[in-house]
Amino acid sequence: MSNTMTAHSVVEASAWTKWIAGTLVVVYALVMITPLLWIFLTSFKTSQDAIAYPPKVFSELSLEGYCNLFTIRSHQTQEFMAALPPPDGYCARIAREQNMVIAGPSKTPGRLMNSLVIGFGSTFLAVFIGTLAAYALSRFKVPLKDDLMFFILSTRFMPPIAVAIPIYLMFRQAGLLDSYLGMILLYTSVNVSLAVWLLKGFIDEIPREYEEAALVDGYTRLQAFVKTVLPQATTGIAATAVFCLIFSWNEYAFAVLLTSGNAQTMPPFIPFIIGEGGQDWPAVAAATTLFVIPILVFTVLLRKHLLRGITFGAVRK
Amino acid sequence: MNARIVIADEAVAPVIPGTAPAREYRPAARSAGMSDRGIAWLFIAPTIVLLLAVNIFPLIWTIRMSFTNFKANMGWLKVRNVGIDNYIDILTDADLWSGMQTTAHFVFWSILFEVLLGFGLALLVNRRFRGHSFWTTIILLPMMLSPAVVGNFWTFLFQPQAGLFNYAVSFFSGIPPSSFQMIGDVRLAPWTIVLVDTWMWTPYVMLICLAGLRSIPDSIYEAAEVDRASTWRTFWSVTLPMVMPFLMLAVLFRAIENFKMFDMVNLLTNGGPGALTETVSITLKRAAFEKWRTGWSSALAIILFLAVFGAANIYVKALNKVKQR
Repeated sequence: MSNTMTAHSVVEASAWTKWIAGTLVVVYALVMITPLLWIFLTSFKTSQDAIAYPPKVFSELSLEGYCNLFTIRSHQTQEFMAALPPPDGYCARIAREQNMVIAGPSKTPGRLMNSLVIGFGSTFLAVFIGTLAAYALSRFKVPLKDDLMFFILSTRFMPPIAVAIPIYLMFRQAGLLDSYLGMILLYTSVNVSLAVWLLKGFIDEIPREYEEAALVDGYTRLQAFVKTVLPQATTGIAATAVFCLIFSWNEYAFAVLLTSGNAQTMPPFIPFIIGEGGQDWPAVAAATTLFVIPILVFTVLLRKHLLRGITFGAVRK
Repeated sequence: MNARIVIADEAVAPVIPGTAPAREYRPAARSAGMSDRGIAWLFIAPTIVLLLAVNIFPLIWTIRMSFTNFKANMGWLKVRNVGIDNYIDILTDADLWSGMQTTAHFVFWSILFEVLLGFGLALLVNRRFRGHSFWTTIILLPMMLSPAVVGNFWTFLFQPQAGLFNYAVSFFSGIPPSSFQMIGDVRLAPWTIVLVDTWMWTPYVMLICLAGLRSIPDSIYEAAEVDRASTWRTFWSVTLPMVMPFLMLAVLFRAIENFKMFDMVNLLTNGGPGALTETVSITLKRAAFEKWRTGWSSALAIILFLAVFGAANIYVKALNKVKQR
């Protein structure tokens, strides 16, 4: 009994230290999450409440930010306003209260769509070719394998702006500036190095015996790959895909330099959501909220693989 | 881990015992498809081709441009070879060196705070109090966000009058909230980017340190206890050395990323006030895409790449040494 007590005191923290540690961590977490919560709250405030002093924690619930995010409004003369029929719908009413009418939809849905198309496109490509390369690097004798792996990683050492200079010229020449194809190719090339490193780690962990058994059974290499390795690598492939998706979704430097309209994604767009006199903060906060929620969901889903993802598979649990 | 292997067993088990009437092992079976070597190259080729096209070819182009006076917005000008003039110009440019100092200040202090806070947090979380995994997930959220979006929304929090940050500081210290500007003030701005970076990336260091702490077998602590080593002594001679490789890895990744830092700083301070928070990436953007000194900025890009590459190489060697100990 006394033995287990001793072991207990060494490895397992005492109730008291646990309580202190827990309190400190919870306080840290609450303080650090406040900025994010504040943005969420701001997205539901009116533009006056958003910049009120002292800051208002609880204010009148308003969807003005979301309305402004998705519409363009214009000022009209008094006579014009007076002659209008009553507003149809919530956003129209809010606009009317500010002596404005809704002039049409904003660019936001298009930008969201661009983010989705470029994000999923580059993720699919990167994971597809990354899985193939990772399998080959995991299972076969490839000359200069370590150098090849290092080369794949080293493409990540370049500052994005440095890469953007020649890419800008290349894309200009090829007509790929501000195009889906250009951005998808570029993001695929950045993501593929992450995909190869992560997936090689995942595939390394799948015992070779399964494939060998399949080969003995008369499967070809390709069949063995498709029928035994791929099904077992599903979790790893899914985790890798999410990391690629998050990168493409969040990327700013290339997007701001290489796109302007057609293929502009959300990150360079959000800071330029402006109202009268500067950034329209409730609308920016609304855009940020919508933009961030998928990431938060994925983070929670991914939490077991986060460590691998952020270290290129260098650290595994 | 165990769970995955179990799933794998179920998926493949029917194949293994040779349910098909014992076929003999035929290496020739492979020739029915492609040779392993052929498959290896076929599988690796797309990745290599893509990286060559989108990374290496542009890199070579950058090197070539770095020896010219090319201006991308004035394509009609005759491009002249200027030899290593761009490089000499950059290495003797006083503004650029001050930009390097700005970057060094940013990298050094942000990593210092991230390591102290991150390691401390990891020690606390490793106490495995009730709900620790939930709170860890909460703490991790900032690092998954887009640095650009983070930089943008912090400008809102740093507003002198209405900003939550200024209000909180004033609430706890009594300083009027509009008496200081985190972004506009010459003394504060360099620390503002450090602050936001620390907010965002401390979880990163924490997560890696936590993995380090969890890799230490309990038996070592038990041995230390048997030897009657003090808590302090155990920390210095067991915990710290064993976490060190992990910590160094975290520092390596953060150092590379922060040295390249562009998006967060660009949206938070845009290098201002003046050029006080102008990290080299922002200098590079201004030279390349505002002043259109393409040749000159290509040379700077090459210098930065070599710096990161060289530092990373040295660091990885040091890391391997620590690991072997």
